Amino acid sequence: MTAPTIQSPADAAGDAPPRAAKPGTHWRARLRRDWPLVLMAAPMMLLVWGFWWIPALGNVVAFQDYKPYTGGIFGSRLVGFTHFQMLFSDPDFLRALVNTLSITAFQLVFYFPVPIMLALLLHSLTSAKLRSMLQSVVYLPYFFSWVLVIAIFQQMLGGAGLLNQLLRAGGFEGVDWMTDPDTFILLVTSQAIWKDAGFGAIIFLAALAAIDPNLYEAAAVDGAGRWRRLWHITLPGIRPVIVLLLILRLGDALNVGFEQFFLQRSAVGSQASEVFDTFVYYSGIRTGDFDYGAAAGLFKGVVGLVLILAANKAAHMMGERGVYSKS
Amino acid sequence: MSAVKRAAWEERPTVAGRASKGVAVVVIALLVLFPLYTIALTSLSSSDTVHRVGGLVVWPGDGITFDAYEQMFRNPVVLRSLAVSLGITAVGTAVSVVVSVLGAYSLSRPGSFGHRTILFSVLLMFVVFPGLIPVYLWVSAIGLRDNYLAIILPMAVSAFNVVVLRAFFMSIPQELFDSARIDGAGEFRVLWQIVAPLSKAVIAVVTLFYAVAYWNNWFNAFLYLDDTGKWPLALVLRTYVVESAPLPQAAGLSEAPPTLAVKMAIVMIAIVPALIIYPFVQKHFKKGVIIGAVKG
Repeated sequence: MTAPTIQSPADAAGDAPPRAAKPGTHWRARLRRDWPLVLMAAPMMLLVWGFWWIPALGNVVAFQDYKPYTGGIFGSRLVGFTHFQMLFSDPDFLRALVNTLSITAFQLVFYFPVPIMLALLLHSLTSAKLRSMLQSVVYLPYFFSWVLVIAIFQQMLGGAGLLNQLLRAGGFEGVDWMTDPDTFILLVTSQAIWKDAGFGAIIFLAALAAIDPNLYEAAAVDGAGRWRRLWHITLPGIRPVIVLLLILRLGDALNVGFEQFFLQRSAVGSQASEVFDTFVYYSGIRTGDFDYGAAAGLFKGVVGLVLILAANKAAHMMGERGVYSKS
Repeated sequence: MSAVKRAAWEERPTVAGRASKGVAVVVIALLVLFPLYTIALTSLSSSDTVHRVGGLVVWPGDGITFDAYEQMFRNPVVLRSLAVSLGITAVGTAVSVVVSVLGAYSLSRPGSFGHRTILFSVLLMFVVFPGLIPVYLWVSAIGLRDNYLAIILPMAVSAFNVVVLRAFFMSIPQELFDSARIDGAGEFRVLWQIVAPLSKAVIAVVTLFYAVAYWNNWFNAFLYLDDTGKWPLALVLRTYVVESAPLPQAAGLSEAPPTLAVKMAIVMIAIVPALIIYPFVQKHFKKGVIIGAVKG
């Protein structure tokens, strides 16, 4: 078995032998030959362009004094970077920025290792039956919606939830975790762990399964105990996957998820729960300042793109395969 | 995956090690299953029981009743939202799977006309996003407000799913394509008679991903459906259960906020489809379908 490398979809382009495309073949001849393939891709292209790339051009409103009714996208005045300058003197925006980055940092420490530990546990179970049962159970919440997850947490930890029911029955004072802004970061992280950590273990499990068992045997014969084998074989074996996912997460630092925060914003207040995406929604759509909201969204998109490119570059410099490699 | 046997060189597991592992397994399983159990039990309890307990029912023994489900299904808003969700999920998933399989097949034949452009416009979706506001303005501008298409079309193509399918199609031995072509089969026929039957597992997984995405989606509905009569179940779940608001247009039936048992019945209805489909598709995860795809 080969080492588990994850490579970008872009790399895969060269996997199958290309059709005999002689460089000189005239495009009309190629179209005559390939029209069924073009026809097959047409519905997908229609949707991808119609609902992704064409709307993406609408980001131009971020540079306009956009008047939805009187001007529209073609009749509104250009104002340059005014909205972006306003963003950086807007305390709400800065708070969303700070909240987003602190949640990302917090989850890197407290969420990120959980799928790895879970995969190590699953991998160490000697009974295949027990292992597959536990896998089925921990993957399940991944398929629940955020509305559902929050409803479930509300019933468990909320003011009228099960935990408080028990606390009060035992004579203690109840705590409403669902509305407490001070512990909100703990709440969202445990929700994320409950929902996604199980499914996140899949990729580490695959990496663990791909480690050559002979390495373990050789180490054991040389006298390495189970902890030394974990440290010197298992962890180095899955390091490429860990680095890759860490990079993906760093590149995605501005994305902490929208629904989870949006749905709980009214319960805990915007002070703790305002993140980038909710800011875009509230400043743009809710108040109707589409140009201002679009500027915040565009800022996030551009910074996010730079982050992911930089993270990938860093991975290459550290000698790991990144998300994509230079062709 | 075969049963894992302890190798000859491996030490005997220590008692403490086995015990702590056992505890970990039980605790992790309970963290997922216990909330589901108590929610299910509450939805099956009478309102008297729920009232006496003062919240979620943990111990069975007070008998099981379907009162809450009856009450829920008598409510036209819930019933209609269930139909809407089922409809959106069925139509959306069908559209998405057909479009993605066709597109991914086209993308799995490099060197063809326009291949690079098509591939690029799909792969770029992983790193460049149009943003909430531009999409919102666009969908509103082309007149899809209050139209179910506004929910389906913007999420109809998932670049991830297309890449998963494409990677699998590309792993099919080239000889199969060559021999089919020599026999005179066109692209559509190759896809339908050779590629699709070989790719049942990966298509099943992608179908699950799309179906779950449609079933769970509420934000598009929230953005684009002004008419509360068109709401899908996820919006009802949010309003009725998370926000505890009385439902709109529930003429005379539930002026008061719903009881806990009815709320939990709605939660169950939102969970059940996933629980039903999941076992059928879950076995394919183990075949490494997804991992193989992620590898490229």
